[in-house]
Amino acid sequence: MGYDCVVCAKQVPDTKRITGEAMTEEGTVNRAALPAIFNPEDLNALEQALSIRDAHGGTVTLITMGLPAASEILREGLYRGVDRAILITDQRAAASDTLATSYILSCAIRKLSYDIVLCGRQAIDGDTAQVGPQLAEKLSLPVITYMEELISLEGKTIRVRRNIGNGYQVVEADLPVLLTVTEAANTPRPPMVKKIMKYKKARSKSEVEQEVKNLLQGDFENYAAELEAQQVEQICSELKEKGLLIEQWNLDDIDADLNWCGRDGSPTKVHRIESVVLTGSEYKEIPPTEEGINQLVAELIEDHTIG
Amino acid sequence: MIEVNPQGEVWVFAEQEGGKLSDVPLELLGKGRSLAEKLSVPLAAVLAGKDVRPLADTLIAHGADKVYLVEDDRLEHYQARSYSRVLCNLIEQYKPQIVMYGATPLGRDLAPTVASAMKCGLTADCTDLQIGDHVEPITKHLYKNLLFQIRPAFGGNIIATIVNYDRWPQMATVREGVMPMPAPDENRTGEIIECKADLDGLVLPLKILETHRRERKVNLKAARIIVAGGAGVGSKENFKLIWDLAECLGAAVGGSRAAVDLGYVDADHQVGQTGTTVRPALYIACGISGAVQHRAGMAESAKIIAINIDRDAPIFSIAHYGIVGDLNDVIPKMIKAIRTRAGVKK
Repeated sequence: MGYDCVVCAKQVPDTKRITGEAMTEEGTVNRAALPAIFNPEDLNALEQALSIRDAHGGTVTLITMGLPAASEILREGLYRGVDRAILITDQRAAASDTLATSYILSCAIRKLSYDIVLCGRQAIDGDTAQVGPQLAEKLSLPVITYMEELISLEGKTIRVRRNIGNGYQVVEADLPVLLTVTEAANTPRPPMVKKIMKYKKARSKSEVEQEVKNLLQGDFENYAAELEAQQVEQICSELKEKGLLIEQWNLDDIDADLNWCGRDGSPTKVHRIESVVLTGSEYKEIPPTEEGINQLVAELIEDHTIG
Repeated sequence: MIEVNPQGEVWVFAEQEGGKLSDVPLELLGKGRSLAEKLSVPLAAVLAGKDVRPLADTLIAHGADKVYLVEDDRLEHYQARSYSRVLCNLIEQYKPQIVMYGATPLGRDLAPTVASAMKCGLTADCTDLQIGDHVEPITKHLYKNLLFQIRPAFGGNIIATIVNYDRWPQMATVREGVMPMPAPDENRTGEIIECKADLDGLVLPLKILETHRRERKVNLKAARIIVAGGAGVGSKENFKLIWDLAECLGAAVGGSRAAVDLGYVDADHQVGQTGTTVRPALYIACGISGAVQHRAGMAESAKIIAINIDRDAPIFSIAHYGIVGDLNDVIPKMIKAIRTRAGVKK
């Protein structure tokens, strides 16, 4: 039998490559200057789903919630062979915290068929690891967090090894289930050249809108909103015919209650953001000579730092 | 969620496994004490499990005024579904204003499940918690005495202060080792309140087949002195220098993430955001450039010595003593100086 897997992924700024310039003068993160990537452990979640499909058959659906630009990670999913990719984008979802995000994702997933929902353990921009367990609670699914190995999947039963910090646990659950996957679980497969050739032109409707707008903006004399809309429709239907239109859902499409979405749906609010200032107190440079080091060690002995 | 309740207590979830308390709840009781005093409300611990009553005294000795004790055979092994049910029931009944959890794998499984079920806020991995006032930027409304939930974000490049002013309780997880553990006072007294777990009809969805725990090879948190090596050490063989220096100081050995990833030292030794957070009396960073993730785990050390060949390495900006030089040359000189006490005035 096959399994229907739904993978939740997030496009994140590559926090490892944040440089001084990537911070604004006010000390907030200048997202525009940061490369946006497929969140690393979400790639492990995707790999897990793809390997389940390889072994048992079934489907893999990749969903992401974000700005139109997040379509890029859906293309990366298509390059790796997902069956279906869906962008959830809506301005009313902006400023969602983890609770609102998990609510919105739960509404989307209810529209899909699933046996296994997979999330990365955590995203590198926030490191909260909250959306997975919250999503499971909203969907009333058993959650297995910190998965590091899929031991077996037979019939309706999944057996998984999970990390518990100072060791591991082997647990079993009946499907449907939600897994949060760690980087230890697998090595994500690279994109396939053939699929890249096919899907590099895949676009979501919001991307098409942006591209058409950019194109028409240079031509003020002949610009008309009607023309813009027409062009968007035409391009989208052409893409759809070729199987290159990335599905796009808004909050109405997934019947989300707006009270639980976006800023209003988010109990946590930012009070203040500060950039990290290194707090070097008194600093003393010691020359790397025998004399310098002897003196340093003597100082530490005298103030009882070392015995 | 519960309504805003400024008279509500401050709670700490007392994580335990097999009748043994983790360190985090005891550390949290230290912070919880100061928060509760600031708010003039009691500090309570929530203790759930099977045969865990003896742990209540330890919680009281570390600062709890009350312990909500929930004993049930079905709580012997942690599962998100049963433990979140217990927490939610207690929160609805007693309406605490703050609930804190350790940011352990268990706490990071439980707290979001409770937050989702209660539809309240939760901030993960806080490095500090304070009480303060917040002015809502749009309505200009002043909210007094909120829990400031302070945490690094974007890989440690920024520090965010988060508040939750309307959907209580205010909840946060805190990483192990971040808050200092208070000294126990065996003379402290407190109240133990026995509560019944409402687990009727609950199906535990996970079958736990095996649990393997191992003692950590090294207890970095308890070490007074830590000698840590990074990628600059160059090889696993050369990491012996780090072990040698540690040995003559009676110190523990730490490593940066790079050193662990390169296989120079076991993951138990990792210091930093994804490893252990430490605050020793002396931290000697050898060949560690000092990425934010590493600094986040050791910047609170009382004294920091940095040895690095690269003068521009960020580690120097938080060091008290810097030695710009080759560690292969510097460490042997240091070992000799310690052994001979060469510079000490007689």
